[in-house]
Amino acid sequence: MIADNGIVIAFWVLAATTVGCALMVAAVRELIQAVLFLALTFVGVAGIYIVLSADFVAVVQVLIYAGAVAVLMTFAVMLTPSADRRNSETAFQAPALVLAGMITAIIVFVAYDTDWPIADRAGFPATAASLGRAFLKPYVVPFEVASVLLMTAMIGAILLTKEEEEDEHA
Amino acid sequence: MPTLGLITGYWFDIRDLSNLSRKIYELLGDAGAPDWLIWVLSALLGTLGIISFIGAVAIVNIWVERRVVGRMQSRLGPNRLGPFGLLQPVADAIKLMQKEVLQPASAPGLIFSAAPILFTVPGIALMAVLPWGRNMTLADLDVGVLYILGMSSLAALSVFMAGYSSNSKYSLFGAMRVIAMLVSYEIPIVVALLGVVLFAGTMNLQGIVLFQETYWAPMVLLQPLAFLVYFFSVSAELNRTPADIAEAESEIVGGYHTEYSGMKFGLFYAAELINAVAVSAIIATLFLGGWWMYKLDELVPGWMIYIGKIYAVYFLFVWTRGTLPRFRIDQLLNFAWKWLTPMALINVIVVAAEVLVWEESGWSAGFFVPLYIAINNLLAGALVVLFVRVLAPKFQRFPVRPRFAPEIDVPSLPAPPLMGEPRTDLPASGAYPI
Repeated sequence: MIADNGIVIAFWVLAATTVGCALMVAAVRELIQAVLFLALTFVGVAGIYIVLSADFVAVVQVLIYAGAVAVLMTFAVMLTPSADRRNSETAFQAPALVLAGMITAIIVFVAYDTDWPIADRAGFPATAASLGRAFLKPYVVPFEVASVLLMTAMIGAILLTKEEEEDEHA
Repeated sequence: MPTLGLITGYWFDIRDLSNLSRKIYELLGDAGAPDWLIWVLSALLGTLGIISFIGAVAIVNIWVERRVVGRMQSRLGPNRLGPFGLLQPVADAIKLMQKEVLQPASAPGLIFSAAPILFTVPGIALMAVLPWGRNMTLADLDVGVLYILGMSSLAALSVFMAGYSSNSKYSLFGAMRVIAMLVSYEIPIVVALLGVVLFAGTMNLQGIVLFQETYWAPMVLLQPLAFLVYFFSVSAELNRTPADIAEAESEIVGGYHTEYSGMKFGLFYAAELINAVAVSAIIATLFLGGWWMYKLDELVPGWMIYIGKIYAVYFLFVWTRGTLPRFRIDQLLNFAWKWLTPMALINVIVVAAEVLVWEESGWSAGFFVPLYIAINNLLAGALVVLFVRVLAPKFQRFPVRPRFAPEIDVPSLPAPPLMGEPRTDLPASGAYPI
């Protein structure tokens, strides 16, 4: 329930920042600038989580997305051979716009059509403790499966990037 | 005449500054001020206090650091301006502000200018969650430890912005080194703090201090391994001298701030000092007990004890800076992956088992706390000795060749003649393969 004026203002400012930065990600020509705008988008989403009084998710959003994912993306951009060349016009612009418009329409329709439940709890309960309890008690199997999946992905990445052993000095 | 101090009834009671601020808000509320005004005022007041502390620290610590390092290296340090050279940092700051701010012609202006400003943000934002006294916290977050980690992970991006937008190869080298280092050191930092959080049972910084107060045991005794791992990793993340490969002056000029001058460089310089103090404050909170000091905090204001502890930890950072030589990047990354990460993981497993036994057995804390202090200290000592004696790379007095560097066919040129002899060794032009 959004009752407070300040929260409404905060929500609209954050929403405008987030959407504006997301648009800039698609609009700017230079890849590094796009990554930086993406990091700003992540921070804006974290702000919206704070407005929803989900402090744990907000902080994790900053830690994982703005901190780690953005850095990994800069790594990827730096390792791309022609990253310094600006993006040129492509023939796929029109179909991509149509596809993006359709996805937006679907999301907007679903958001308006769904009967969202409204939480009647007060702001900022201890979300971290209840999340931890949920992960380790009722949802322990999915949690462990996800961990094993991530572990597999990590080992796979190491195997893929491992160079052949050179026997020059053994 | 209303009294402001709650403990003694005197307005100058400074044992707990939060009493003062709470009294101000109560007075405002009685005067009929609306809630939002009081809220905004309290936020501004707390922020003002923290910002003024940061400003004082950024000026004073330049002097502290230069004097202490000077003493360690048998030098004098700044001693000309003012008593004991105390005005030297003020003069330096004025000089930096007067300097012309140069910018490479090919640098993208906005990113180049925004980077130093963004770099100062995380260190200042970190200070918001620190517990300065029993009730003195600006933002008493439930996820305080995670907030600290999130904020410190943001610094990488601004360093990268600085290095990339300078359009200089030395800056880019520095930035890439920082990012490679941060990606490696994030893991031991998070896992080391996990041990602390497991023991305290909360991520709230105030709660962690209260845990140490309840059991009369600073976390550094219960978690010596986590303290070591966190201290080493964080001094790498801070870019201070044993690990300052990002701005290694003898290799890559100035690293990511090579192209910065004037107050933009000054911001980078100040932000590094602020980060060092912020990290010292985090260590003082998590491992040394924050504002708590056995019975001393009933006599002395908690925030004074806290600032004392912050400077004790800061001295450790200055000490390592003054005595240790710089690591190579492969040494630093090996250290993170092959020592710090396994140590932190072992620590977490041991701590989880200990906490489980403590909770399940139901015996008193008076039995478990000394037992765990003994076990964990023995374990930490054994693992450090094991690493030094067995696992560490052997000391090479004459290294055969640098690792990771491929063999390059260096063209062998004839030796240049001695001074005064005619140069007959130069081949025809174009003969050099370079």
